Amino acid sequence: MAVSCGGEGDGPEGGRSSRPQPVEEVLLDGRPIPSVLADEQVLIRGNGEEPQTLDPHLAEGVPSGHILRDLFEGLTTEAPDGRIIPGAASRWNISGDGLTYTFYLRRDGAWSNGDALTAEDFVFSIRRSADPVTASNYGNMLYPIASAREVLSGELPTDALGVTSLDRFTLQITLTDPTPYFLNLLAHPSLYPVHRASLEAHGRRFSRPGNLVSNGAYMLEEWAIRSHIGLVKNPNYHGVDDVILERVRYLPIEDQSTELKTFRAGEMHWTYEVPNNQFKWLRENYPDELVVSPWLGSYFFGFNLLREPFIDSPDLRRALVLAIDRDVLTDKVTQFGELPSYNLVPPGVTDYEPAIPDYASWTQEEREAEARRLYALAGYSAEKPLRVEIRYNTSENHKKVALAIASMWKQVLGAIATLVNEEWKVFLQNRDQQVVTQVFRAGWIGDYNDPHTFLSLFHSDHGLNDYGYSNSTVDTLLQEISSERIPGRRQRMMQETERIIIEDDPILLVYTYVTRRLVDSRVRGWQDNVMDHHYSRGMYILKARSASSGRAKPADEGGE
Amino acid sequence: MIQEDIVRHGISRLMGLVPTLLMLITIAFFLIRVAPGGPFDSEKPLPPEIRANLDAKYHLDEPLIQQYFRYLGQILVLDFGPSYQYKDWTVNELIARGFPVSLTIGALAMVLAFVLGTLIGITAALRQNSWVDYGAMGFAMLGMSIPNFVIAPALILLLAVNAGWLPAGGWDWSIQRMVLPVITLALPVIAYIARLTRGSMIEVLHSNYIRTARSKGLPKRIVIGRHALKPALLPVISYMGPATAGLITGSVIVEQIYSIPGIGSYFVQGALNRDYTLVMGVVIFYGVIIIVLNFIVDMLYAWLNPRIRYDEGR
Repeated sequence: MAVSCGGEGDGPEGGRSSRPQPVEEVLLDGRPIPSVLADEQVLIRGNGEEPQTLDPHLAEGVPSGHILRDLFEGLTTEAPDGRIIPGAASRWNISGDGLTYTFYLRRDGAWSNGDALTAEDFVFSIRRSADPVTASNYGNMLYPIASAREVLSGELPTDALGVTSLDRFTLQITLTDPTPYFLNLLAHPSLYPVHRASLEAHGRRFSRPGNLVSNGAYMLEEWAIRSHIGLVKNPNYHGVDDVILERVRYLPIEDQSTELKTFRAGEMHWTYEVPNNQFKWLRENYPDELVVSPWLGSYFFGFNLLREPFIDSPDLRRALVLAIDRDVLTDKVTQFGELPSYNLVPPGVTDYEPAIPDYASWTQEEREAEARRLYALAGYSAEKPLRVEIRYNTSENHKKVALAIASMWKQVLGAIATLVNEEWKVFLQNRDQQVVTQVFRAGWIGDYNDPHTFLSLFHSDHGLNDYGYSNSTVDTLLQEISSERIPGRRQRMMQETERIIIEDDPILLVYTYVTRRLVDSRVRGWQDNVMDHHYSRGMYILKARSASSGRAKPADEGGE
Repeated sequence: MIQEDIVRHGISRLMGLVPTLLMLITIAFFLIRVAPGGPFDSEKPLPPEIRANLDAKYHLDEPLIQQYFRYLGQILVLDFGPSYQYKDWTVNELIARGFPVSLTIGALAMVLAFVLGTLIGITAALRQNSWVDYGAMGFAMLGMSIPNFVIAPALILLLAVNAGWLPAGGWDWSIQRMVLPVITLALPVIAYIARLTRGSMIEVLHSNYIRTARSKGLPKRIVIGRHALKPALLPVISYMGPATAGLITGSVIVEQIYSIPGIGSYFVQGALNRDYTLVMGVVIFYGVIIIVLNFIVDMLYAWLNPRIRYDEGR
């Protein structure tokens, strides 16, 4: 959403990156040997906006997520490649019906103040997260837990929640439906533990430096609002011996150009994003630092099925879907390495084979010919062209894409599309009311690594179903998927659901999101993953090759 | 007697503050509520029961008029309430942490702008239609017409990225980090003040009493310093009230580009996020500052220009 102002100045000057290059990395048992490590292990990460909160149960938004994953640890956590691994729980059992999870906490689990981390802490925390008084906006993450909906709506007290401690280090969670992705949910901030005593002592101020007691690899050292947030290694973390970075500093820099300049001036190791209009320049000048990787997100446009011209108009919608050239869109328009997509669930979701429609493998000419045939079949022609509005929230990128789609429709079909841009909240409201919209920008970033996060959007009752899409087969399948325990069967059912949704064309898929950032080539210990979750605890900084002090310095002198 | 006039003038101005503020609060309160959407609308819509919890927590489930009076009650005890967007902070805390930053760079920029602006303006006026005059006014035109979202990135690129002399952005109260934002903020103001000063100085220099003073043979230094300067600064002073209010409450663009934690961004971010309490807080704060500064300007004006006081007596 950040608006970048005048990035033109970054263009012509300054040849290839002359940033300090790392020394050769030498690993021993998968860990770098001390002599290759920089003396100062302080990582500076760009973090977009100021985080909304550091209270894990109130947190939303990507910036808070990054910091909270360093500060706290759930029962499960994620490996650098995104796999779910044991966190505060060292192991667990799942009952045969998939409804009862028993977690065995690590005996050496501790809070940053030295207090032991117990099953009772988790009972307290998950109840707090579900408590209506807390008013967590990620409460829906708790839905799989028994009685969670009733507790969230205030019908049942918090102790009715399906979470109990069997003994000091054993926790039991019961679910309403077997939820195969439940272990993924446990790595989400809304299920992190919070320290009861400090919460009770400090109230709303418990997340301030000095007050915040956390159980992750780092603890909060300073928080200068909208300037920086400083974390320092937590000496009581169970894995502290493997944590190499001593400190992590998060800078909330909203302006992409400013962030780029900060990186170029050597004042940052890891950017939050990069300016939209400078991809080519970055690819030429920072080839070693520019990192582009698929993200668990789909970018698409929705059709309002409750409004003309889209009521009962499968042919028209399919014509519009086929008429756009996604390769041109990603190569020439967005230009950021996005992956053209024809299906809903992005590639890279664990254990899932996406349902890709036939026309994905056609040539663009074939698609366009079919589009024209269907367009005529729907009753449109050069004399009676389709007139339609494409609505999007104000943003350079959305505008470029909408403009390209409009011109492709015009070129291939002769349809006349007008663009309407709206301020964010106005756009959201219009989309939700389904009264004025026809074609509108949409998209979804998955909450967890499972197709369900994408498919459930198309349930008739889902809050984000702004298309007015309702297919009873899809609703039934979604219901069955939630209770299906056999992975193979569940996989096939999800595939079938995706196939039906795509066949119905409630949306026009455009591309799969990618994350793009600059990472100092001395920073190691991280991997691309579709969730874009990068925990600082595994990272480290290598010495610079011409090593002076190991400190990042502006790379002006010296040149090549 | 003159003192008494100023005091009476001051009191009558102060009396006008309360209704002005009340108007401001009322209009702002209802305007932001009329805007579509609310603080909790996002791309990921909330389930109804969760939405209800949030509305209850922030009293958004009450009738609007009740919320208005609740808010007025809070204002009376100077409590701006919790921010919707920055949930760990109250609006009071946000302003208390951001304002010193905005005040520092804003005030430095104003001092710089006043000193340089008047110097350039006087120099240009004294050498009217010479190359000095044209040079100074050319610079002023440039300073006023180049927007700061062009100047700021250019300065960063030159002095931070290429030369490496100054940091590219960020804030830690060090002088190095203030240099670029202060210059960026001051440039257009320097230019504006220079033009104002030049114009009114020329006018004053052509007035009868200055001509008289000169013809009496007073040294130029005295004529300018004692007789011409004070009246020539009148338009500058009246411009400085609102200009200072603008500078010390921060600039969104300067804050964004240099990533400075001032309060300027709250006006825009608060409005975009429908962070009702934050918007109200900064609007009221800005209102009070502008009223106070205008009041100070008024007083200065009355002191500099006796005509104002006579008018008051009508």
